[in-house]
Amino acid sequence: MEATKEARPIGDLISKYPKTRENLISILQEVQAEYGYLSRESITTISTYLNLPSSKIFGVATFYNQFKLKAPGRIQIAICRGTACHVKGSLNLLDACRQSLGIEVGETSRDGLFSLETVACLGCCSIAPAMMVNGKFFGRLDKKRVESLVETWRAAGRMTE
Amino acid sequence: MNANAQGATCKVFIGMGTCGLATGAAEVKTAVEKWAAARGEKVDITATGCIGYCKAEPIMDVVTETGQRVSYGNVTPEVAGFILDEVLVRKNYKLDGLLGQFKNGKAPLAGIPLIDEHPYFRKQVKYVLRNCGVIDPESIADYRAQGGFKGFERAIAMTQAEVIKEITASGLRGRGGSGFLTGKKWELALQSKNDKKYVLCNADEGDPGAFMDRSILEGDTYAVLEGMMIAGYAIGANEGIIYCRAEYPLAIERIKKAIELLKNEGLLEHPVGPHAFSFTLRVKMGAGAFVCGEETALMASVEGRRGMPRPRPPFPSVEGLFQKPSIVNNVETLANVSHIMGEGAESFSAMGTQNSKGTKVFALTGKVANAGLVEVPMGMTLREVVFDIGGGIPGGKAFKAVQIGGPSGGCIPSEHLDIKIDYESLKTVGAMMGSGGLVVMDEDTCMVDMARYFTAFITSESCGKCIPCREGTQRLYEILDSIVSPYAKMADEEENLLRFNRVLNMEGLAQVIKDTSLCGLGQSAPNPVLSTLRFFRKEYESHIYDRKCPAHQCKGLLTYAIDTNACTGCTLCAKKCPTQAIVGEKKKAHYIVDEKCIRCGTCHDVCRFSAVTVN
Repeated sequence: MEATKEARPIGDLISKYPKTRENLISILQEVQAEYGYLSRESITTISTYLNLPSSKIFGVATFYNQFKLKAPGRIQIAICRGTACHVKGSLNLLDACRQSLGIEVGETSRDGLFSLETVACLGCCSIAPAMMVNGKFFGRLDKKRVESLVETWRAAGRMTE
Repeated sequence: MNANAQGATCKVFIGMGTCGLATGAAEVKTAVEKWAAARGEKVDITATGCIGYCKAEPIMDVVTETGQRVSYGNVTPEVAGFILDEVLVRKNYKLDGLLGQFKNGKAPLAGIPLIDEHPYFRKQVKYVLRNCGVIDPESIADYRAQGGFKGFERAIAMTQAEVIKEITASGLRGRGGSGFLTGKKWELALQSKNDKKYVLCNADEGDPGAFMDRSILEGDTYAVLEGMMIAGYAIGANEGIIYCRAEYPLAIERIKKAIELLKNEGLLEHPVGPHAFSFTLRVKMGAGAFVCGEETALMASVEGRRGMPRPRPPFPSVEGLFQKPSIVNNVETLANVSHIMGEGAESFSAMGTQNSKGTKVFALTGKVANAGLVEVPMGMTLREVVFDIGGGIPGGKAFKAVQIGGPSGGCIPSEHLDIKIDYESLKTVGAMMGSGGLVVMDEDTCMVDMARYFTAFITSESCGKCIPCREGTQRLYEILDSIVSPYAKMADEEENLLRFNRVLNMEGLAQVIKDTSLCGLGQSAPNPVLSTLRFFRKEYESHIYDRKCPAHQCKGLLTYAIDTNACTGCTLCAKKCPTQAIVGEKKKAHYIVDEKCIRCGTCHDVCRFSAVTVN
């Protein structure tokens, strides 16, 4: 997910959806996929479009783990905290990330390069411990590998593999 | 290579499910293409789903000149070309990573074992997973060749009541966890008279440690969709919605493609004959909420609201999505439906135990040698699954427990390893079938930490609607957290006493949450705590009374020390310590200042003389 291409205006994104509440989650997903997060402005626009109070939209956006209300980093690291990964030491991966990135879960590094989050389960338990970075899966990890990946990406300023 | 000389292409299958892709299947595919390009040949690469033996991913199957399909595991881009050379040019099939050959109607190659005879597959019965990893999941023709859509064709030749009768006769129970009879559910929905009804496929597989539904959706997409069409016909619904979690992008992409192809082929419309049928299918992407696996919460989410459950009755079969009668079935259940209708109820009900028919797919993970997806007939013992199929515990460690059923299930210790896996037997030991996650734990796993882990998960996933679940699990988590935290964190004596009081009330609190919560999530939330308390009480007691974690997992209870005899004073640990808690002169034994130590374990990891001890 390289942030190089120009984001399309929000009106173009949502105009194809019928104006019913049923489509709210799909709309939020599409807007987030384009902008990386749900800004206050986008929520207001969606609110006007669906004729739905923004409080309701905010309620939905905060209920689901997927939605972000703050801009994430260009490299989004999601550490799997599923059972199999937990048993195989995913907390160590998380610690490694926290230390080498200097940020906590849910935060974005100051240069806007990295953001760190956890996910309930990625569903690739057979290759635990795993993480997902910008939609790409990495499995059978250990502390050292995570640290070296982070170092490589930091030096390159983007995700390289 | 005669076959290629005649213009035919060589055929290769690569397992490209999520686990295959994560271990480099895409790179293997590129390597195969390069190999072919270098020889000026055309290679026909089929991307299959996951065959289940994830330990050996990436897996590549090569079809030999004589038509046999030979499978190789742990294929790297470097050896892919070598394997192709050996198999296709030198006709040497016995290579490293050989898993076996498929039974495909061709005379088997001499001296090469069948893949069904592989220790991992021998005891498995592939009923639902029959096509996963074997066929191209995006091809309708491939699915048809394996007997696909026979079930649907048979169904629409019957009346609705006959279809439901057949499903009821098979004894199929919901594979999502609760084990409700599928036929019964459909019958209730058929009886509800309404012009609009819905079939919902629950693919919101949120259980940490489970990936059966993902594999089925990725590897045999049409079987699930066919099951939905049969269900739609049986209850008189004209719309089907697959609610799939957003964490499964590949599965969603495949479903969308499959729906398009079904539409184009006109398979969703049967306007002629006495049993006219018209059906639409669409995917709804979940947004990451565990509670949406509960059927009423799932429907709320499809309607675009917060995914919170509501009390039942009215049951969804009477008043469901948009207040219309609806049925919610799990992915595995629907895949079973297609095969049951295709082959008849008898072949299904011949497998399993008296009350649990058929097979069950499990995601076998954790501290087990062969992690992956297994399908076994109901009634197989846990020991067979973990040791015969799973290959036991790696590294010579001792088996401790199996966690079954995710955050709603329980831990089964070694003394109950001979328990039969079916809906009823599991309940007798305080566990439940759940959706089918089987996480194996060895001596290095702390059971208190496990209970705390699951409670933390439930706490963050509780929707917050009912108090027992919202507040109760939070308190439960605090108690468990206090058990694994050091005393030094507690401010004063009174706090310590209060803590002890809370520990005494833990079991009672768990029972209250179980009895009074609104939905299945809350009612089963204390199960991990109750079952570990039942079987591993000693471990709790050593945490509480001795302040020790026998498995050395709970960081707060560990003490790091340096063995002064073994320490050479190399200063490495002191340099690496993030809090400067290690003091000492060069070439003399070092010491750890306990107050400064944050139990990160760095010193233990870096010491080359094993001088750092953990207790």
